[in-house]
Amino acid sequence: MIEIDEDLCKGCEICVAFCAKDVLKMSDKFNKKGVHPPLVVREEDCNLCGNCMLYCPDLAIVVAEEEESG
Amino acid sequence: MGKEILTGVYFMQGDIACAEGALAAGCKFFGGYPITPASEIAERMAERLPEVGGVYIQMEDELASIAAVVGSSWTGAKSMTATSGPGISLMQENIGYAVATETPCVLINVQRGGPSTGIPSIHLQGDIIQARRGSHGEYKIIALAPASAQEMFDFTIDAFNLAEKYRTPVFVLADAFVGHMREEVIIPEPEKIYRVQRKLRDSGTSGGKFRGFLDEDVAPMPIFGYGFKTHVTGSCHNDFGQRNVIDAEALDYYIKRLNNKISKRAHEIISVSQDMDGKEVALISYGSCYRAAREALNILEDEGMRQVGSFRLITVWPFPRVQIQELARKVKSIIVLENNLGQITPYVEAAAGGQAEVIFLPPRVLGTLHDPHAIVDKVKEVIP
Amino acid sequence: MKLVHPLMKYVRPGAISTATCAGCGDGIMAQAVLRAIDELELNIDDFVFVSGIGCAGWIPSPFFNADTLHTTHGRPIAFASGVKLARPDRKVVVISGDGDLAAIGGNHLIHAARRNIGMTVICANNGIYGMTGGQVAPTTPLGLKTTTTPYGNVERAFDLCALVEAAGASYVARWTTYHARGLTRSVKKALTKRGFSFIEVLSQCPVQYGRRTGVGNAVAMMKGYKENSLSVKKAASLNEEELKNKIIVGELVDKDSPELTEEIEKVRRIHE
Repeated sequence: MIEIDEDLCKGCEICVAFCAKDVLKMSDKFNKKGVHPPLVVREEDCNLCGNCMLYCPDLAIVVAEEEESG
Repeated sequence: MGKEILTGVYFMQGDIACAEGALAAGCKFFGGYPITPASEIAERMAERLPEVGGVYIQMEDELASIAAVVGSSWTGAKSMTATSGPGISLMQENIGYAVATETPCVLINVQRGGPSTGIPSIHLQGDIIQARRGSHGEYKIIALAPASAQEMFDFTIDAFNLAEKYRTPVFVLADAFVGHMREEVIIPEPEKIYRVQRKLRDSGTSGGKFRGFLDEDVAPMPIFGYGFKTHVTGSCHNDFGQRNVIDAEALDYYIKRLNNKISKRAHEIISVSQDMDGKEVALISYGSCYRAAREALNILEDEGMRQVGSFRLITVWPFPRVQIQELARKVKSIIVLENNLGQITPYVEAAAGGQAEVIFLPPRVLGTLHDPHAIVDKVKEVIP
Repeated sequence: MKLVHPLMKYVRPGAISTATCAGCGDGIMAQAVLRAIDELELNIDDFVFVSGIGCAGWIPSPFFNADTLHTTHGRPIAFASGVKLARPDRKVVVISGDGDLAAIGGNHLIHAARRNIGMTVICANNGIYGMTGGQVAPTTPLGLKTTTTPYGNVERAFDLCALVEAAGASYVARWTTYHARGLTRSVKKALTKRGFSFIEVLSQCPVQYGRRTGVGNAVAMMKGYKENSLSVKKAASLNEEELKNKIIVGELVDKDSPELTEEIEKVRRIHE
């Protein structure tokens, strides 16, 4: 599961650049800071490496294992 | 374990008496750097602090010394440094930091001949304005001026009490004369020594919004190590220690609160000793020059001249403006005795406001005590 | 269910939106440090964080929800020494920039290392004076055009780790923001180690360094760290020419020596 706090994002693009699986892409929308936050485009390819989470200078992206339901 | 208070009667050097005064006040941290004529204070603290469970550290320079003192004070320890003019010059930025962050600490300046390296072992009252205005920005300071080895002991205790009470750095403006002289020093019983402890934030509280700064009535200090998550900064900040480097209103508030904390209580802080009832001429002095004033008055009294009195500043800052205004209305002449080229003299002139003539009289040779006879001669010139 | 970043619990309420530029390495360092504290399951209230003036000084201040002392320029190590000496039980961590710690603060750095005082110093080295607009620093590479070296820097840069090692530190490591995991490992080591620990982190300044000098944006700079760095082990097999302009990352010093506050305590015990 990948969660992005769009309004904390400053649009630096580090998460997109360091995702080995091209899961993320910069979106076209603008957040409150006036920059483009990232978008999850291929969640199924995410291998939970955590790079995006570790490298985000603004703690704007969280990656976690899917919770088992039921 | 050694004793903090060495009760007894001693023939003691002023610097040593100062160190013993600090210990008697409960000082537990000394961060300093050797410099003539203050090194003896460091040496005594190095010997005595481990005996009383305190810490002595000789830092790499004076900037580090005052920094370590401030760091230590933020853990709750009564902390001090001792140096001379050149060291105080180096410490100015961090002294301003201590003022801004409301950190109690004591700064002993055993003044020596300046400017620059000057003469290390000759006294001068050259750093009086420096104590008041040495750091940048708009602030108030407290400074005491001892005139004897006994007062090196007593006034250092007073300095700690003022620092703790008002959460501010406090200067003891000694000089090479008072620092290096040896005189009788009486260290009283522990019960007779009055110690003030800073108000602390209640250790039961945590989180939430706590006003640890900028209270004109002195905020309780939210010291480190109790989970207060205190944020201390020299930047302009608010009551909660939150930085604001954008709004002029925030700066205005920060400056006025810090300054009012001292100026509102100036009447409690200021200490003068005077015997001016019915007198026509006042001898204003502070620190070691007071000894010359005292001797001059003795000579005058022996000669039957009783119109002259002494007005001695025990606290040089805050300046006793109101008291000198009142004095000027009652006397004809004020002779200001300073071992410099006139550092409080302009303040005396301003306070006197033309109500009395103000005459500045330095010693014939700067760096020596006034010849009491020279003071007597000057008095005779102005006596109506 | 909304996911919360696991390190948010350490962030001061109201301080989450930081003042750093987009892509600034400081934020990556902040995370790496908090992650170390989290993984060690330490209580952040046992810490005192001390920082100086410069962008890196804002890594713990006001961001970390803990006792924080934000000092005058160059002096965090001196202030931190006072804190540690008065309260040796506190975990004292200094986080500041290369200008603050090694230029104006250089003297305090070498003496703290010499004394082996128990603290961890994390130096964000961006090779420039970022906060004031991109002036040259003692860590700026030779030849670089900065705002105060418009014709190219003619001064050599410090090797900060070599400096601190020579001064006597017990633990010295170098990482870059690309090596965030290695950094967390080193911080964990430093926090549990006796004595003076120094961790240099090459951290990108995308605006005052990257954009002004043409090196590139945050991504380009981090890719540069990745491509130009090599491990201590690998570096040992290369010659000086091959090592030119390379960044050696990893643990450089890891030894055990008497720590200052313990030695002071021994002296105190004589008097009990």
